[in-house]
Amino acid sequence: MTFAVMFYVIAIITLGSALMMVTSTNIFHSALLMLVSFLGIAAVFVLLQADFLAAAQVLVYAGAITVFVIFGIMFTMKGDARKTNRFSKNAIPAAVLSLILIVINAAMVLKTQWPVSSHAPLEETVSSVAELMLTKYVVAFEVTAVLLLIAMIGAIVIVKEVKKPS
Amino acid sequence: MTAIMNIGLNHFLVLSGTLFFIGLFAVLSKKNVIAVLMGLEVMLSSVNINLIAFNRYTSPEILTGNVFAIFVIALAAAEVAVGLALIVAIYRQRKTAEVQDYDLLKW
Repeated sequence: MTFAVMFYVIAIITLGSALMMVTSTNIFHSALLMLVSFLGIAAVFVLLQADFLAAAQVLVYAGAITVFVIFGIMFTMKGDARKTNRFSKNAIPAAVLSLILIVINAAMVLKTQWPVSSHAPLEETVSSVAELMLTKYVVAFEVTAVLLLIAMIGAIVIVKEVKKPS
Repeated sequence: MTAIMNIGLNHFLVLSGTLFFIGLFAVLSKKNVIAVLMGLEVMLSSVNINLIAFNRYTSPEILTGNVFAIFVIALAAAEVAVGLALIVAIYRQRKTAEVQDYDLLKW
């Protein structure tokens, strides 16, 4: 019962802030509402007993990505902040398409019989995640490390001011 | 009533699907390129709910879904760094952050 109430409160906060992020015309408000939505997703992870993922979500999404996005907004914003985030001319088709897809997705999910296991969830997730990551998925782990390095170097190279030959 | 109050896998899947399509709506309908990027982040993040929900309800004894979600988070961080670098580089050239003005490759 309390689980259900918590789920609905968190779901309403997450979906509501995501929806307000889309409809807000001030892009700075959009970024802050995206932050609320990410924190709501972290709370959903806590409900699903994935505590390490919840911490990673808060650190990476709510911390790093929001800071990145706000940096980008401040770099590219000009003029009146209240008009920085308008809809383009295909807003109505996009809204109709998204609504149809939401309904189709919900109907498909509710119609399907999922193979639910009655096994109790693990008490302690961090050590099992670490064990999987460093044994079975160690190649993917190393490739991800290389990818992050490449992304960092790539971002620096792309942003770096190109000196014009005088 | 029990289907509504008894939270199971279905509820989390509907939540993550709805969040995904809200992100898709932002990607398709916004003018500002950073708003498009924000919609993309919400989409990536909602996929993680899906992975963790399946992990929790169909195979809670092995945490493969959690590991996959960690890889998705790392990819999202790399993607937003490179994406914003591209936006900043294009902004230097064209002095605009609106998607319809990014038409250099259009003929």
